[in-house]
Amino acid sequence: MKKLINDPADVVTEALSGIAAAHPDLRVDLDHKIVYRADAPVQGKVGLLSGGGSGHEPLHGGFVGPGMLDAACAGEVFTSPVPDQMLEATRGIDGGAGVLHIVKNYTGDVMNFEMAAELAAADTGVEVVSVVTNDDVAVQDSLYTAGRRGVGVTVLVEKLAGAAADEGRDLAGVAAVARRVNEAGRSMGVALTSCTVPAAGRPTFDLPEDEMEIGIGIHGEPGRRRVPLAPAREVAEMLVEPILADRDFTGDGGALLFVNGMGGTPLLELYVMYREVSRILAKAGVSVARSLVGPYITSLEMAGCSVTLLQLDDELLRLWDAPVRTPGMRWGA
Amino acid sequence: MAAPDQFAAIDAAAIERWIRAFAAAVAENEQELTRLDSPIGDADHGANMNRGLKAVVAKLDGGSTGGPGALLKQTGMTLVSTVGGASGPLYGTFFLRMATAIGDADTVDQKLFAAALRAGVDGVVARGKAEAGDKTMYDALAPAVDALDAAFGGEDTAGALQAAADAAAQGRDSTTPMQARKGRASYLGERSVGHQDPGATSAALLLQTAADTLA
Repeated sequence: MKKLINDPADVVTEALSGIAAAHPDLRVDLDHKIVYRADAPVQGKVGLLSGGGSGHEPLHGGFVGPGMLDAACAGEVFTSPVPDQMLEATRGIDGGAGVLHIVKNYTGDVMNFEMAAELAAADTGVEVVSVVTNDDVAVQDSLYTAGRRGVGVTVLVEKLAGAAADEGRDLAGVAAVARRVNEAGRSMGVALTSCTVPAAGRPTFDLPEDEMEIGIGIHGEPGRRRVPLAPAREVAEMLVEPILADRDFTGDGGALLFVNGMGGTPLLELYVMYREVSRILAKAGVSVARSLVGPYITSLEMAGCSVTLLQLDDELLRLWDAPVRTPGMRWGA
Repeated sequence: MAAPDQFAAIDAAAIERWIRAFAAAVAENEQELTRLDSPIGDADHGANMNRGLKAVVAKLDGGSTGGPGALLKQTGMTLVSTVGGASGPLYGTFFLRMATAIGDADTVDQKLFAAALRAGVDGVVARGKAEAGDKTMYDALAPAVDALDAAFGGEDTAGALQAAADAAAQGRDSTTPMQARKGRASYLGERSVGHQDPGATSAALLLQTAADTLA
């Protein structure tokens, strides 16, 4: 393992400390491992809280700021945060309009956020609504699994629900936007290499030099199948085909195409993938109205990418274009 | 004539021995639990459980007060607050439900212990919605509570607890050929077959340390 760290046990805290030093717009509670926007709570605005294991940066702490999240809880690497953190953050961002929990569909995240919501209902007067993201088409049969995983669409939910909250919508309205985005989005990923969890010290799985894993998760969990390494145009087919088979993206508003790097893939390759994916989409009659390319929801140093498609409409388009000011995503503000 | 099946009452000191022994067993097996979690999960079960149980032991070192129920509650709360992942809520709920079942009792007899263990396991089911055969910790816990109930009245303390520990170990082994339907291992589908479940492995440690310390 070659990593720029001190002690594996201190990675998360030291990274949060770095975030605090680098971004004066943010306030970091190191004890609870929570990143807040510095001016939280914003009175009268629905608070947006997300969180999850660390190792997916800039998700979630990098998406805290005006137009997106009010706070994010950081768990250990690839381990969900605990209810105490979520409860503390929920209190800290409630501006009187309630708090939306944005939860990726992983057993640990769902259970810890569930406990936090129960505690919030019992211990505080804060109204909490939870939305679970589950956009990963690599997981086929939800009857025999923990259900589809929440991946790339989570970033889009945070942006679009964040914009809706900024517009002054109430908790039910913001949650409705979040659910609609989750319903309208699908993702699929590929890994070319494993990643190494600092505390484990070894790659999570072995992937031979000439193979890749299709349908990968964001925690080094293996995917649908292992196949020989192929050119980008074939990889793009393998990612887009299951997405288009799962949902129609030919709606009038066009689609948002999000090509995400898993942490160890250069933008050069992501743009090669963008080219291939957009050609497939053009053939399939899907018009791309907006794009997002880069590492937004990563898996430590894993090489690979994921493709996310979101069906847009006038409202989602407007919310996407709305100003956002966070370390990981920033425009118009 | 005294019944041969008399169950030594479990007091707070015994519960503390159990929790410390479980923490020590998890620390000793941290690498093994993580190794088991690598092919089917995300390689953190050992690290997570060890982190939480270290916090539990630190609290015990800080001076423990209260009866068996209070100790179990403190353990459950600490695990929920420190472990994260799925193991935190599951093990946390297990200890919290045991604590609730025991209440303020100063000592726990066999009947109450068996009832508390079942309440803890029911808590795991309620939190994780797991069923037998899903390839989870429940596959080790369920046969253990059944074995303890079956041994009730027929075995002495040590025998009853060892029967439960043996059942848990068998349950742990039975997870190897199963296909996972819960947690991250479920995403592997058929590829999860042939791997022993890490959660069932730590659960078997929980029962074996109970047999080692509570008799």
